[in-house]
Amino acid sequence: METGSLLDVRSIRKIFPKPGGGELLVLDDINLRVEEGEILGLLGRTGSGKSTLLRLIAGLSQPAAGSISYLGQTVTGPAPGIAMVFQSFALFPWLNVLENVELGLEALGLPPHEIRRRSLAAIDLIGLDGFESAYPRELSGGMRQRVGFARALVVHPNILLMDEPFSALDVLTAETLRTDFLDLWSEGQLPIKGVVLVTHNIEEAVLMCDRILIFSTSPGRIMSEIKVSLLQPRHRLDPRFRELVEQIYVAMTTQPSAQARSLRSEHFPGRGIGSVLPQVSTNRLSGLVETVAGAPYSGKADLPVIASILQKEVDDLFPIAETLQMLRFADIGGGDIRLTEAGTAFADAEIDERKRLFRRHLLGYVPLAQHIRRVLDERASHTAPKSRFLDELEDYMTPEAAEQTLRAVIEWGRYAEAFAYDDEMATFNLENPA
Amino acid sequence: MPQPVPPISVRKGGRILTFWNIVAVLLVLGVLVFLAEASRGVGQTLAELRMTPVSLDPANLPEYAARTSLRMLAAMLLSLLFTFTYATWAAKSRRAEVLLIPLLDILQSVPILGFLSITVVFFMSLAPGKVLGAELAAIFAIFTSQAWNMAFSFYQSLRTVPDELVEASRCFGLSGWMRFWRLEVPFAMPPLIWNMMMSMSGGWFFVVASEAISVGDTTVALPGIGSYIALAIQQRNLAAIGWAIGAMLLVILIYDQLLFRPLVAWADRFRFEQEAGVTPPHSWALTMLRRSWLGTLLEGLFGVASRWSLYWVVPRHNNPGRARGGQDRVARWLDHAWYAAAIALTALAFWKTAAFVSAGVSVSDVKEAIQLGLATMVRVFVLIAVASAIWVPVGVWIGLQPGMASIAQPIAQFLAAFPANLLFPIVVSGIVALKLNPNVWLSPLMILGTQWYILFNVVAGASTVPSELRDVGTNLGVRGWAWWRKIALPAIFPFYVTGAITASGGSWNASIVAEVASWGDTHLEAKGLGAYIAQATEAGDYHRIVLGIAVMSAFVIIINRAFWRPLYSYAERKFRLS
Repeated sequence: METGSLLDVRSIRKIFPKPGGGELLVLDDINLRVEEGEILGLLGRTGSGKSTLLRLIAGLSQPAAGSISYLGQTVTGPAPGIAMVFQSFALFPWLNVLENVELGLEALGLPPHEIRRRSLAAIDLIGLDGFESAYPRELSGGMRQRVGFARALVVHPNILLMDEPFSALDVLTAETLRTDFLDLWSEGQLPIKGVVLVTHNIEEAVLMCDRILIFSTSPGRIMSEIKVSLLQPRHRLDPRFRELVEQIYVAMTTQPSAQARSLRSEHFPGRGIGSVLPQVSTNRLSGLVETVAGAPYSGKADLPVIASILQKEVDDLFPIAETLQMLRFADIGGGDIRLTEAGTAFADAEIDERKRLFRRHLLGYVPLAQHIRRVLDERASHTAPKSRFLDELEDYMTPEAAEQTLRAVIEWGRYAEAFAYDDEMATFNLENPA
Repeated sequence: MPQPVPPISVRKGGRILTFWNIVAVLLVLGVLVFLAEASRGVGQTLAELRMTPVSLDPANLPEYAARTSLRMLAAMLLSLLFTFTYATWAAKSRRAEVLLIPLLDILQSVPILGFLSITVVFFMSLAPGKVLGAELAAIFAIFTSQAWNMAFSFYQSLRTVPDELVEASRCFGLSGWMRFWRLEVPFAMPPLIWNMMMSMSGGWFFVVASEAISVGDTTVALPGIGSYIALAIQQRNLAAIGWAIGAMLLVILIYDQLLFRPLVAWADRFRFEQEAGVTPPHSWALTMLRRSWLGTLLEGLFGVASRWSLYWVVPRHNNPGRARGGQDRVARWLDHAWYAAAIALTALAFWKTAAFVSAGVSVSDVKEAIQLGLATMVRVFVLIAVASAIWVPVGVWIGLQPGMASIAQPIAQFLAAFPANLLFPIVVSGIVALKLNPNVWLSPLMILGTQWYILFNVVAGASTVPSELRDVGTNLGVRGWAWWRKIALPAIFPFYVTGAITASGGSWNASIVAEVASWGDTHLEAKGLGAYIAQATEAGDYHRIVLGIAVMSAFVIIINRAFWRPLYSYAERKFRLS
């Protein structure tokens, strides 16, 4: 076995069982190594399994195949040298700051004075001095996450796992925390030797990481690896920084259609009846179409630019853009979004005309919507229970995803007046279609 | 900073003797004396007990009150013990869960008062001729009125501990023991304390029934408020009833101030919602405890105990993840074996019960019991409807007045604790004097204690209606019936259903006491399953007792499943705000 790696992840597969039988592949053939002194970024969208991978590394769940070794030892449960910072902070609300930080040390069974000394040192380091006796509910989000950091650092881990640690914070707070963390890290003040950062924020990844692994969705696979050799502190406006961001956008936007092309002859991403639909409101779809159609873009825009203008992260923006692509109102590729003819028409139209256009495209290009409408048309009663479609969808996806997909198609169908849905009776009907 | 940071737990020292210290010392001494006084009689024999029968002299009431409240405290401790073990086991073991939770569900719906006669015999046989047996029986009766909902609440909390906190505690290597005390118990604490308060109110109802026990020809009257009330009713002593009400009020007040207020105020920190700005509950007793050395002492002791348990009772190193593969088959086999055993046990229990009942009961008896059950059912539903018609508007009104809710809450809580027996004198005299039909006019006693749950919940619901919603109503000029139909009723509906479920369950239970009422030699009786069980108990007819309980349990369970649960899930889905 080679030495030098803190963490060695080999051919990991993770499978979740589906309640109705069958299995769902979440992670497939994941190989990665974390070297000493490096911050490794896992970048991907919701459903790419990156958080699942982080939990596997933390020993919180077990892989279906493959192995994870930490300092040469196989990880089978939570290892003492691996600590984690959570997206939702995961603080114990009934313990004050000091007690929250002490918890991990108590679990190690250290003597009380040692626990107190190390905790105060960690609190000091992370800038929480003066807040020792505060309870989490008294703290702002940023301060809470500082407690999360202090709690993880106090056990002197070799590897720090960060699960979207800044995504629950507002923009300014997140920036401050990132900067503080990077300062401590580059000054060598942190006891840790390596970091794994899960994020869906491209700029955050470029700002913090030495190496970025880009994940594809369902199943999660490592799609490409990007090295970031810019020196810290990095600046967002640095041309080389922008170039890297653009490069990642391109990598993330070209992937789905490339993959789809290889799978089927269709030009647009594989969208059979069994594909998960993102829950994107029609307001957002209209909003993006209008933005791209308007000045100064007039129909074609750079996604990173749109993202920063609209203050959207990849996770927000991509589903909207991809839904537009699915409805053939837009084309995505090379980090750009380009409105189709129909998209431009949609942008210019009044509300009724918009609905008419939307209905045509929904029933034309979304197989599930098509299917629902056909079933309703065929039945004498023009009604069909939700469970009927839910069962069908669950052959392809998890119950949660099926529920989400149906909710998405219900909203689009209602907007398009293609079909109606009665939540109380849980049935689809044709009561007020045009 | 030049000087080292002091450890946080160091109290701002200085004065040795503060006001709070003196109060604390006096209270501790008082509690010790009280415990010694109240537990004096436990070692007596039954013969000795009969030498000093319960007397109606009000001078005895303080001692009786002390002994009664000690019984309730003992029952509460037992209930807590039961909660921590039974509910934890059910929540942690998948195999235990499938058996324990339905069992708990049924125990919740079984008429507890019906149990009494059976358990008395059992406990008396444990300590023959001693008061201890009767004491245990009484405590057990109170326990059965307190434990189930506490265990249920704890189980539900354990199942809903937020995932991220479980992950955090696993990630930082907390052992199971540590996780239990640091994560699960704190998380479950606020609902558990709320249920403890509910249980305590419910317990009063049973104290009256359980202290003066007579099954067949065994009659024991343990010194306590319950026996005092029973005797007062027997002797038609109205003044004594008044004294008993006063004493009860005082005990409830003391429990509230010295036990529950401090607990609620203390448990506030365990609330999981992290919003600030809500006024935290306040308790003078807790403030006192916190400001005196007693609090420091207790905290220190608690700290030492917990550290000791964490370091020595439990192995220090968290166990590495167990290898799963290969054991799957064994686990599945164990599953099958377990289910088979459970089914066999159930079948055996069913067979035994059936054999026992059928030995002394004919088919016509069963038919009769079912008919009586229908009569009681009609009563319960009518009463719930009547109580709703009265308390829903009142509750909405109270809930919408800022500040009113906090005044109404403790009053309603006292009223919920008020045993129906105390109203026997008025009701019985009234019915006899006005020549009314007891089948109708005894019924209100059933809902006397339980109607308050409807009020509680409606008040709680109304006070959570967002003010924007009310403003919109005002803004659009919605008033009158439209206001009730579109705004008030939908907003409180889920809360109302919760209250009505509790009230309905409680009323079934109360029917055993309320369908037969006596005042001196005047005995009144309403036709119903409750009266049937009460008579069977008096006659010592065990076959009929078991039959009555079984039929009543069946009624309660069927009504819950077929009516209340669907209604509840409908309310949750459709009307829950947020």
